[in-house]
Amino acid sequence: MNDTNTTAAAPRKDAPMVLAEQVSKSFGSNEVLKSISLEVKRGEVMCLVGPSGSGKSTFLRCINHLEVLSAGRLSVDGELIGYREANGKLYEMAPKEAAKQRRDIGMVFQRFNLFPHMTALQNVMEAPIRVKGLPKAQVEQAARDLLARVGLAERADYYPAHLSGGQQQRVAIARALAMEPKLMLFDEPTSALDPELVGEVLDVMKGLAKSGMTMIVVTHEMGFAREVADSLVFMDGGVVVEAGDPDLVLTNPQHRRTQAFLSKVL
Amino acid sequence: MSTAERSGASVGQTPPTPEPASVPIKAIRLRHPWRAVFAVLIVVVFVLVLVDAAFRPAYDWPSVGKYLFDRRISQAALVTLELTVYSMVIAIILGVILAVMRLSPNPVVKSVAWFYLWVFRGTPVYVQLTIWGLISLIYSSIDIGIPFMEPWVSFQTQAALNTFTLAIVGLALNEAAYMAEIVRAGLLAVDRGQDEAATALGMSWAQTMTRVILPQSMRVIIPPTGNEVISMLKTTSLVTAVPFSFELFTRSRDISAETFNPIPLLIVASLWYLFFTSILMVGQHFLEKRFARGVGDRQPEKKEPGAVTGAFTGVMPVIGSDPPAIVLPPKDRPGGQR
Repeated sequence: MNDTNTTAAAPRKDAPMVLAEQVSKSFGSNEVLKSISLEVKRGEVMCLVGPSGSGKSTFLRCINHLEVLSAGRLSVDGELIGYREANGKLYEMAPKEAAKQRRDIGMVFQRFNLFPHMTALQNVMEAPIRVKGLPKAQVEQAARDLLARVGLAERADYYPAHLSGGQQQRVAIARALAMEPKLMLFDEPTSALDPELVGEVLDVMKGLAKSGMTMIVVTHEMGFAREVADSLVFMDGGVVVEAGDPDLVLTNPQHRRTQAFLSKVL
Repeated sequence: MSTAERSGASVGQTPPTPEPASVPIKAIRLRHPWRAVFAVLIVVVFVLVLVDAAFRPAYDWPSVGKYLFDRRISQAALVTLELTVYSMVIAIILGVILAVMRLSPNPVVKSVAWFYLWVFRGTPVYVQLTIWGLISLIYSSIDIGIPFMEPWVSFQTQAALNTFTLAIVGLALNEAAYMAEIVRAGLLAVDRGQDEAATALGMSWAQTMTRVILPQSMRVIIPPTGNEVISMLKTTSLVTAVPFSFELFTRSRDISAETFNPIPLLIVASLWYLFFTSILMVGQHFLEKRFARGVGDRQPEKKEPGAVTGAFTGVMPVIGSDPPAIVLPPKDRPGGQR
């Protein structure tokens, strides 16, 4: 990456959607990510699995700059995240610029994090109106379409407290999609759900994957990973232990730690 | 649901046969004889005090009636209300600014807010009001311009700030310190995930604050703020320290200084204070309802639809009656599930 153009030059079609090069992250003396290098192609679905505390979620949060890297480089769609590069130097981005980058990266949280004082529809409409400044009527139509797409057309005027966990998470997905992101990050989207509600959320995500969305999913749902993911990454202790085709990794793990982990969750 | 049931009839084929209806519990209700005894005792004492007060000459009820709607009193009541409203509005705005400053990552900004709190919360409001009254002795003129240069505008403090303004400034600046802590508590009470979700959507700090964090913190901020408004209404009686003397308490003291009959005028002033506090309580109730959108299920007033003010939603036990039943209608949750 030697072009010094600061504006997001038209991304090359062959550039990976996400490129992480020796990404490290420490909280104080605690090194959570140790030199992670990963590549996610356009339209690819990557599942991140591993025991808790392995750094999966931290890595995900680094991608949209909710966490700041300690070392390494991370770019999305050919654009460096959180920094501008000019004349061979890195400049920290102003909050406004960082916010602009986040617009194109959708994120779905384990605990949904819907805005409780807004209805499902208002939750979906908020960002397109406030951030993109789109006209309200147009946004509302798009928001209703999105809610219909996640199967919640009749729940548009309900407050999150009156929706089940699965419904809330589907609203959260619709809220992220409303910004028309080019990349979706899922941080254990089904871990806070009752077992019987997991399926409805995974179904929405499968549909999304089929539509060609680039997705990075931190999950414990191995069935979903095997069915939907193009690649599977097993992380432990802040490093990538094993990565590759989900079927191969799941059925024939090479590394001892992967074998030990899979024997417990499969 | 038993496992036999699950593995049995294939899903969705035959509806499960309904269980026989459960038998309601029939039991002799537990009696509370001492409750009734105490209740009767308290009511008797209360009635005795009331009857005694009604016929005690020192209260001078005819005078109370005469002065209750006296023009001087009702005007003073209006001034008290003005003092309360103006100083509270300023205090709330200043309080929000100070609260945000205290949560700022900038250590200088943070320290300034802390220092403000330390000074204005650490000294009595009566002392502060007295100092504001003497402000023209300390700063004889107010100059606006660049330091060490000829000022653009210059006021004589004595002329520019009358006692009414000084009373408002004194009350507001003191109250702002308390409001700052209330607002800060409200901001901290909002889940961190809300901030993250808004940030991840590309919302700016200001948008996140005004659209996501502040509306949610209102639920925490409003009850103690209502408390502060009521407290402020009564604290206005201290502005005599400025000295400003056209509010309710000082005015009624002045009148009684002429009539040599202080007690009925104190009752008159108290009745006006009570009247305003009651109105404020009703207002608070509706504000709380407004900001409980989406989380309203935990609101106390939902249990008792008849109640008017937030403060009186408790259920009074009545002698000999059954315990008041609190029944939530099943349709209370529009979702109908979860």
